[in-house]
Amino acid sequence: MIRLEKRKEPSRFWRIANPFLAVLLTMIAGGIMFAALGKDPVAAIRLIFFDPIFSETFASYSRPQLLIKSAPLILIAVGLAIGFKANVWNIGAEGQYIIGALFGAGVALAFFPAPGWYIFPLMVIAGAFGGFLWAMIPAILKTRFNTNEILVSLLLVYVAERILAAMALGLMRNPDQPGFPGSRDLRRYEAAYNAEIFAGTGVHWGVVAALIAVIFAYAMMTRHMLGYHVQLAGQAPRAARFGGVSPARLVVICLGISGALAGLAGMFEVSGPGGQVRIEFASGYGFTAIIVAFLGRLNPFGIVLAGLLLGLTYIGGELSQMMLQIPGAAIQVFQGMLLFFLLALDFQTNYRIRLTKGARA
Amino acid sequence: MKKLLTAAALSVTMAIPATADTTKVGFIYIGPVGDFGWTAGHDRARAEMAEHFGDAVETTIVENVDYGADAERVMTQMAISGTDVIFAASFGYGPDVNSVAGRFPDVAFQHATGYIQDHPNISLYDARFYEGRAVLGHIGGKMTETNTVGYIASFPIPAVIAGINSAYLHAKAVNPDIQFRIIWTYSWFDPALEADAAETLIEQGADVIMQHTDSTAAVRVAEDAGVMAFGQASDMTQFGPNAHLSAIVDRWAPYYIDRVQAVMDGTWEAQNSWLGFADGIIEMAPWNDRIPAELQEEADGLIAAIIAGDYHPFTGPINKQDGTPWLADGETAPDVDLATMDFYVEGITAELPN
Repeated sequence: MIRLEKRKEPSRFWRIANPFLAVLLTMIAGGIMFAALGKDPVAAIRLIFFDPIFSETFASYSRPQLLIKSAPLILIAVGLAIGFKANVWNIGAEGQYIIGALFGAGVALAFFPAPGWYIFPLMVIAGAFGGFLWAMIPAILKTRFNTNEILVSLLLVYVAERILAAMALGLMRNPDQPGFPGSRDLRRYEAAYNAEIFAGTGVHWGVVAALIAVIFAYAMMTRHMLGYHVQLAGQAPRAARFGGVSPARLVVICLGISGALAGLAGMFEVSGPGGQVRIEFASGYGFTAIIVAFLGRLNPFGIVLAGLLLGLTYIGGELSQMMLQIPGAAIQVFQGMLLFFLLALDFQTNYRIRLTKGARA
Repeated sequence: MKKLLTAAALSVTMAIPATADTTKVGFIYIGPVGDFGWTAGHDRARAEMAEHFGDAVETTIVENVDYGADAERVMTQMAISGTDVIFAASFGYGPDVNSVAGRFPDVAFQHATGYIQDHPNISLYDARFYEGRAVLGHIGGKMTETNTVGYIASFPIPAVIAGINSAYLHAKAVNPDIQFRIIWTYSWFDPALEADAAETLIEQGADVIMQHTDSTAAVRVAEDAGVMAFGQASDMTQFGPNAHLSAIVDRWAPYYIDRVQAVMDGTWEAQNSWLGFADGIIEMAPWNDRIPAELQEEADGLIAAIIAGDYHPFTGPINKQDGTPWLADGETAPDVDLATMDFYVEGITAELPN
């Protein structure tokens, strides 16, 4: 007879091993799906996981692209993870990402076409501030009126999307191209362009910011009192309160950090790879980052790996569509499998399966 | 590690057949090929083109590609993998097409419904959808019993605005009491949003739904609600046999065959094509039987007049929404006005998002 037994402590081994196992299982199940679609499963898996990094034809281009695709995911996820550890659920990073981009682009467009070394740093500050501000709405509503931050932050995404559309159509519209929505192309405005720091590497300031954020988050969570408070509030809220941790302060700090980082990600995107404020600017980074945070076990370094892995499946997914004509929907299913297997496997972090003989009385 | 590298190298040599005489044609789509609308129309044409050329071409597609960095990456990867001509089948790819085209001067780029042409290897192509919208307006104006047409619009860009204006003018011509209710979704393909928009419009009294979005959702909602609708870009009859009056059906195949042939012959040059009924690029889906025979004949007559060049859907006198004159009596709209249209015509009560 099979019996489930709750572990006394979550298994450290499975916490680390599960993501790798999940990738392996996704490869197997995905391979079966690709085979059922009449595609060569080995070639498909290779296109998704190996060719973007190793193929002679694509790698020199897609390796830098991997950084460009993953950096905003990592930057956002690192911030979210801090909140998630403290049981503060910011689901609206997508909205903070949009507002950050609008603040950053707003600074750039206000200075256009003036040159100046100070413009880009100002945009960085504005981007972080925009995201922070947008995250303060659910934070203050939560601390003052005890509203649910999950709902408020999520619904504010839709508000942010509408503001984005209004900006692309109105205030920020390119005056040289009337009739068409969208702002000026910031990539053509040198003082505001978030260009590659080293040409051909994909390393732009957003990648640097993501790295710094990872290191800071790690230091904070392991070495700083605040990190200890966050962990304590997440694991034992009552004990935390007795220990003098103010829940309201934690909510504000967690939402503020994650909002500012999401805003930064949006700002680096709009001034670099995205290029301009357009109605369709937001492409779901803020939501995908939630997956990245959990896939990375809410650990800053885990998040780096998870972000790169997810970025890989996007770029490899496109390659496999292009080279093998695998339908786009199958790629999405494949990405979904990854999360599904991880969540399913996490079961054994907290439980163990026991085989027992005979029925119990 | 070395083993891995060799394996990866092998996989690439396998994936790209080294036959130099095969023309490689890439397509990037904003929606899924199964949208039964806009993207389906392009993919239909791709399949027809591929069949026409047989082994001489190799086509590849990537669907659901967002505007911006994603589109740029997909097109770059296509160019790197030896694609000769890339069709970017959505309006918003403009900046991305131009950025990639600058880096790959030997690859031909074909951008559908675009307007930015910074490099000599970019062709723009578009259909005169406003011609078809005139027919929808005429039929819708006569068929409506509530004198209210609901219009689901995507993005406020000239092509969409011209479509609304054309439909409105021709509905107004046959039904002076006509009202247009317009909802903007800011998306090309979002079935849930389009269904919501259709429901809202029906609640507001619309009994004819027109759409400039790509999914079949509105036609389904109209069918369930017992009202009428026009499909988009493809014949959507199967999603609302009673509701579906007709649809402007895109037929890009003749153009695609023409352009790919030019690439093969080495005669491809950048151009800017705007093709309509007369070129066979758009046609109407079969009339629903519920359209009276007399009205069907009128619609056929309207199409024939447009094809013959006897009639232009934008013929003055037409005023702008604010009352300022646009076209004088008998004057027809110059193409540049239509390609940059950013105003409603007089009579439309809605406000253009701005």
